[in-house]
Amino acid sequence: MSVKLLNITKEFIDLEREGGKLIAVKDFNLEIEEGEFVTLLGPSGCGKTTTLRMIAGFETPSAGDIFIGDKNVSADPPNKRDTSMVFQSYAIFPHMSVEQNVGFGLELRGKPKAEIAMEVRRIMDAMGIGELARRRPDQLSGGQQQRVALARAIVNRPSVLLFDEPLSNLDAKLREQMRVEIRRIQQTYKITSVYVTHDQAEAMTVSDRIVVMNRGRIMQVGTPFEIYSRPENQFVADFIGRVNLLPVTVEKLSDQGCEAVDAQGQRLEAASAASGIAVGRKAFLMVRPESLSVEKDVGANEAGTGNASGAAKGHSAISSIGATEAPHAIERMLFARGVIEKSVYLGSTVEYEINASLDRPVLAVSHDPVDVGFWRPGDSVALRYNPRAAHLFLR
Amino acid sequence: MPSIGSRAAADLKRAARDPVLLAVILLVTGSLLIFVVYPLVSVGAASLDTGGGKLGLKVYADVAKSAYIRKAFWNSLMMSSLTALIGSLLGFIFAFAVARAKVPFSKFFNMIAIIPIVSPPFIGALAIIMLFGNNGLITWNLLRIQNFPVYGFNGLLLAQVVTFFPVSYLTLKGVLESMNPILEDAALDLGGTRWKVFMRVTLPLAFPGIASSILLLFVETLADFGNPLILAGSKFPILSVQAYLEIVGMYDLPKGAAISILLLVPSLIAFYLQRWLVSRRKYTTVTGKPQQSTTQIVSPGARVALFAVCAFVALIVALIYFSIIVGAFAKVWGFDHRPTLDHFKFVFGVGFKAVRDTLVIAGTATPFAGLLGMVIAYLVVRVRFPGRRFVESVSMLSFAVPGTVIGIGYILAFNHKPFALTGTLAILLLNFIFRYIPVGIESGKAILSSIDPSIEEAAINLGADARKTFSRVTLPMILPAFFSGLVFAFVRGMTAVSAAIFLVSSRWNLMTVHIMAQVESGNLGAAAAYSLILVLIVAVAISLIRIVLKVQYRKFGGSMLHF
Repeated sequence: MSVKLLNITKEFIDLEREGGKLIAVKDFNLEIEEGEFVTLLGPSGCGKTTTLRMIAGFETPSAGDIFIGDKNVSADPPNKRDTSMVFQSYAIFPHMSVEQNVGFGLELRGKPKAEIAMEVRRIMDAMGIGELARRRPDQLSGGQQQRVALARAIVNRPSVLLFDEPLSNLDAKLREQMRVEIRRIQQTYKITSVYVTHDQAEAMTVSDRIVVMNRGRIMQVGTPFEIYSRPENQFVADFIGRVNLLPVTVEKLSDQGCEAVDAQGQRLEAASAASGIAVGRKAFLMVRPESLSVEKDVGANEAGTGNASGAAKGHSAISSIGATEAPHAIERMLFARGVIEKSVYLGSTVEYEINASLDRPVLAVSHDPVDVGFWRPGDSVALRYNPRAAHLFLR
Repeated sequence: MPSIGSRAAADLKRAARDPVLLAVILLVTGSLLIFVVYPLVSVGAASLDTGGGKLGLKVYADVAKSAYIRKAFWNSLMMSSLTALIGSLLGFIFAFAVARAKVPFSKFFNMIAIIPIVSPPFIGALAIIMLFGNNGLITWNLLRIQNFPVYGFNGLLLAQVVTFFPVSYLTLKGVLESMNPILEDAALDLGGTRWKVFMRVTLPLAFPGIASSILLLFVETLADFGNPLILAGSKFPILSVQAYLEIVGMYDLPKGAAISILLLVPSLIAFYLQRWLVSRRKYTTVTGKPQQSTTQIVSPGARVALFAVCAFVALIVALIYFSIIVGAFAKVWGFDHRPTLDHFKFVFGVGFKAVRDTLVIAGTATPFAGLLGMVIAYLVVRVRFPGRRFVESVSMLSFAVPGTVIGIGYILAFNHKPFALTGTLAILLLNFIFRYIPVGIESGKAILSSIDPSIEEAAINLGADARKTFSRVTLPMILPAFFSGLVFAFVRGMTAVSAAIFLVSSRWNLMTVHIMAQVESGNLGAAAAYSLILVLIVAVAISLIRIVLKVQYRKFGGSMLHF
């Protein structure tokens, strides 16, 4: 079923704060479609868990309304809402066996014993934990506990599945495995899901849409692609992955893209722009490290708008222009010039930090280093980008 | 595979590498043998003494034949069972209301439940006589009932429940607080009503704690001496009092010893059952760290009911302390309630020696008991030596052994050479030190097992010997346990009756024993004044220890606050 949050605000009494209250969530609006997987992502204390607990009914909003389907559930207690939660600590009942845990929700709904047994068996087999049925919870590994918690939530066929940082107690490898698993299960049963995490990779893997939150407010709602490549503001750009930002002023907007100039008057292009971008506005031009190519700096006499061939490899940058180039040639623009400060070899990639006289060093990642070649600290380089990978948002 | 003998030898060899440690182990083991085991053996031996140095079961046969003592045995078991059940029920309601339902005035209820723990154990009985006795405020002054049947079953049960439900409250409060509220959240989320969540999740999870509380209260009530001495009366005999009367009244040591063995056996059974229950409980550790939950797990109606029960119990407790306070300042309780300071003049005049003696004895025994508790906790958790399990179980025995039994044991064991200690300060001190170590040991063990041994290994690695490691590294870490051991030892030392009543003399007497004497001679005003002074001393001492503890916490950067 769909979930709708309308103008939700949640305040906690906190006498140690100014005004005596802590605003956990402020003016939160979100519509989640049936079957959609939405992740609430943000740093700790951003209000994501509070929002989730309000959907479950553990917290009551100070203002605003929550709809599940067409029904306003704002005043309903958790046991009257058709939601199932997977808790961070799993919350497996230690005094019940695994199958009793999984079947507990059905039992509370007064289902006949035979039906409970069948349902429990089916879901546990589907989750690959069929052989654990008679175990006691303290005999389970972390990953198994996680699966039991998930099975217990799904067996009720809830209208909405809620996940409260369900993977944060697992080790890295298991975490990667389980997030794929969670996505698979959700797709199988097509249950509307809300997932809370502070791990951006996790959010990218499982979500249809991501809600980035900070200090109780929504910073952006979008698909993983939009959040990563088309952030609306600096918070989102910084929170998701690493980023290079160049302060610019917007010069021209068109269907093909935007043009802007930096402090030195150099002209730069970007294919997309966030809301609010208009001619004359101060903005950041954003390019992700993996979209920057590190090339030999052929000299300051190169025109500011100088183009280099995308076929340029390693140190042998070819600065020829024109349609005579290879058909895949991409026009690359100069992002900045600088000197390599640090290079870290990671096998499949090399990560560079380049001093380009900006507020912070420019980050660049080059793939396939054996083919492309390496730069060493002290090398003067030009950093180029494909305007399609560049994005503008307001400063 | 090495045999047990060779392992013990290896352990001994390792311990012998550090002569100070070895000396401490021998000293601790030896003194436990003399001051805990030997008195108990003496009781057993005395009960088997058929006269003329021969051993036999004649005394037990006599005891079994006596209908009066059989009655006392069943009375004691029934009284203890009822107190355990009712007290645990009240304790659970109180703990649930304060820890989980968060009813209004939770802090007040918490205080109400703690006051009886730091009071002399017979204060309930004293107040009940003042309220419901022949000249009782309620029965006589208010209702004009003469000879209200306060002595015997009814009065004693009320006194025992009021005295011991706080023990259950503290136990169950800990259990309920360590329970992860997320579990209740999860059950609620799965569609359970609050009542179902309580019945299917909260109660089963608390069950080991409840069972343990019932057994604990059973042991404590069975061992209690003060309340039955005042309230039981001759028609409702109680074992602990009978053992005392046999010895002090009839000078029949073998019979007194046999009765105390009758008292000891059910105590030990319940105690070891309780230990076993606690040791196998692992519910709270299964699902990660407890989390905060703001969910309201009790319905408004249930909250009102919980509040009503708590308020009613609080009223009774308040009434008890109210009558003690008023009684201490009233001319003649029940007849002339004009305010006077006469009773205090008596306490600070003729009766002041007992106050001074009590302070000297409790004040001297407390630091020794505290330190001994920490040393034993350290030895038991950290050092491998032959006899470790013996030291562990013997040092905990005084939890299980009724004070009456210990008291009889001490007079039997220490009234002749080589330990002729009867009537001395030493016998009281030794009794207090070895009886009041268990709380220190328990909390010391709990903290030590949660501290990585590599911290101590690091000290040893840097060149510290066992003594330096203990005093500079271990002791500072287990300081909170040390202080809770001190508080327990002091409170118990100040309020002790059951064992001490056998050991006092004209040279060294105790306030508690004086209070009992005042009650028996009908001087309720003086008894109330004494009790009030006693409660005040204990309250001041606990506050002082808490202040010291707070300063210490600050010194350690607050990092120990979570213990």
